[in-house]
Amino acid sequence: MSEATLTPEDFRPAPATHAAQTLSRPSLSYWQDAWIRLKANRRALISLYIVMGLAAFTLLGPLVWDVDPAAQDVDQISKPPGADRSATVVEPYSAWDPSLQNGDGHGLRLAAPATNQTVRLVWDPDPHAAGYLIYRNIFPIGPENAFGLPLGETFSPNHTYFEDLLDLAPRRYYYTVVSLDAFGDRIGHETLEAEVKRVITADDAVVRGLADSPDALSVGDKVTLGLHPLGTDNLGRDMLARLMHGARVSLFIGICAPVIFMLFGVIYGSAAGFLAGNADQLLMRFADFVVALPFLLFMILFKILFDVGAGESGILPMLLAMVLLSWPGTARLVRGQILQIREEGYIGASRLLGAKTNYLILRHMIPNTLGVILVTLTFAVPSAIFTEAFLSFIGMGVVPPTPSWGSMCNEGIKTMLTTPHELIFPALFISITVLAFNLLGDGLRDALDARMRSMD
Amino acid sequence: MWKYTFKRLIQGVITVWFIATATFFVMHNVPGDPLADAKAVSPEIRANLEAKYGLDKPVHEQYLIYLANFLRGDFGISFAQQNRYVNDIIYEHFPVSATLGILAIVFAGLGGVLWGALTALYRNRLPDVIIMFLVILGISVPSFVVAALGQLGIVNANNFFGTSLLPAVGWGTIAHMLVPSMVLGLGTMAYLTRLMRSSMLEIVNSDFVRTAKSKGLPPSRIFTNHQLRNAILPVITVLGPSIAAITTGGFVVESVFAIPGLGRYFVQAVQQSDYTVIMGTTVFYGAFLVFMVIVVDLLYAWVDPRVRLE
Repeated sequence: MSEATLTPEDFRPAPATHAAQTLSRPSLSYWQDAWIRLKANRRALISLYIVMGLAAFTLLGPLVWDVDPAAQDVDQISKPPGADRSATVVEPYSAWDPSLQNGDGHGLRLAAPATNQTVRLVWDPDPHAAGYLIYRNIFPIGPENAFGLPLGETFSPNHTYFEDLLDLAPRRYYYTVVSLDAFGDRIGHETLEAEVKRVITADDAVVRGLADSPDALSVGDKVTLGLHPLGTDNLGRDMLARLMHGARVSLFIGICAPVIFMLFGVIYGSAAGFLAGNADQLLMRFADFVVALPFLLFMILFKILFDVGAGESGILPMLLAMVLLSWPGTARLVRGQILQIREEGYIGASRLLGAKTNYLILRHMIPNTLGVILVTLTFAVPSAIFTEAFLSFIGMGVVPPTPSWGSMCNEGIKTMLTTPHELIFPALFISITVLAFNLLGDGLRDALDARMRSMD
Repeated sequence: MWKYTFKRLIQGVITVWFIATATFFVMHNVPGDPLADAKAVSPEIRANLEAKYGLDKPVHEQYLIYLANFLRGDFGISFAQQNRYVNDIIYEHFPVSATLGILAIVFAGLGGVLWGALTALYRNRLPDVIIMFLVILGISVPSFVVAALGQLGIVNANNFFGTSLLPAVGWGTIAHMLVPSMVLGLGTMAYLTRLMRSSMLEIVNSDFVRTAKSKGLPPSRIFTNHQLRNAILPVITVLGPSIAAITTGGFVVESVFAIPGLGRYFVQAVQQSDYTVIMGTTVFYGAFLVFMVIVVDLLYAWVDPRVRLE
């Protein structure tokens, strides 16, 4: 033990200096402190920016990219982003006189360059044939002789021409002419590869708004078709515009439903937690039953109640079903919090000072549960977006032509193998949104609730 | 224990009764006649059906008949698929869904525990970062997209190897079940991984692990006997809700992979407004879920003796 020499001086009270009385750091409220924590979390901050970007995409996007999501661009159907958009100006269609073309000995050939206006085929007469069948395929016919789509049939050995007037998409096609004998048996076939080029007449270009007057264009000029930054869907609608308008539905459901059902859950749960005893038991038992109710059944009921037919979008029924069946989780959470908080010392102190019940709930209980509620809300948004997407996917929620991310996925999945961009973009938007809300929820939980802080 | 089990079972029965009642009154209040949808029903069959289900009787009598039919396990006849009893549909297709679901749960549970334990062990190092990134991805991608990508993967793999490694659609053999059950379990696995990780991190800092270390036990033994065993407990708690998530997710996977499970018939029934099938499968699924939650709760008490059942 060390010796200490104490004098009476040491027992004199210290004079109150100014420096000891001032706070060295600024006083922070709970929310300021949470905001500082959140700002320090880089993932959460990026997620917050993404959420803000999505809000801007949804609200301001249609102002910047002012394209009608229902407008069809029939020249560009199922085009991925960055597809060739040029078209050559040609003369208007005129009837074809195939007799001028006939000169035998060259096999199956094109009488004129193949365009999406017309593909003109001529071939040599087969001495044994009584007629011909014409097929078209988008794939090579291969050893299986997969000729593709039957286009037409001719009934004379000398009828050796065919004109394909179907408005074709510009790509490579495989035309096959099959010779038939008098009994209709196949006696031979010949295949031609044709690269179909996109053309447009001057009048059409004016109609589509690509030129001011037909005189401004001469045959052979190139025009550029309308721009679709994210491509078009299977009906030629602009994907970007559809994603923007679809975001309104998806985010509306995804944010409104959780906000409303959590509000109800907070009121219900705080009532149960505050009343306690038998009333609490009764209220929570009822909440348990509501959890067990089948969601899809109520979805159907509300669709019928709101007079929404089988092929119509049920945004309101969907919202109502989600609100009415999702609140018990929040109610249970808030009840647990309230039960915990009402035993705290500061509640007792406040009560001793004469605080009324309403004051206690509004001033102490709800603010102290707000952090947990906010975190739960952030996690409820992704699940609501998933629910909307799932319902639209099975055709119960939003149906075409109204775009939503879920219904766009539903349409895109059908052509997943040939035009994957129709599925990828809406799926990407759903995933990014859900990811952002999940990470933001993680960050908020770390910032707001010391007890639930994850151990990273 | 037995008293608690009995109490839970009674509660479960009440819940199922509540579901059945709610279903009945929802369906009853839907405007229109449930038989009006079936165009092919002749007047005689219609009269018979009305008599059988008592549609000509007042609501409260209908309700009692409905409950009596349910108690006898008679869910009625499908309106959309002629000559098919809802019982037969459930009997034929539920085993398929259940097989798929059990495989998915096994996959999700094993994967979740394993990955979660690994991430906690390699906390903030490369395996942790990679696995947690994949987990976040797994939580964020909707199930139908995962299903579609899974199918695309099968097709591409088959094309690449030039043989049919795995069938892309259908049901029957183990090969059919593999990818769909993995797709179905993926979301749950991601969720369980996160849960397992945080639970494991908590356990690592606990007193008994320190004691075990100071006793000089080998790390592998501490990992399996002390850490893993205790960290698994919260995973078991959420297994009940996970089963619910997997059965609802099953609808999508069954639709995409053309698996003849009950979920697919349920979605079909919803799309065709086939009321008896909707009611029957709803009550059946409800009863199944209630039962599974009770089983999981009992299992939890058995695994963790600290939980006292009152």
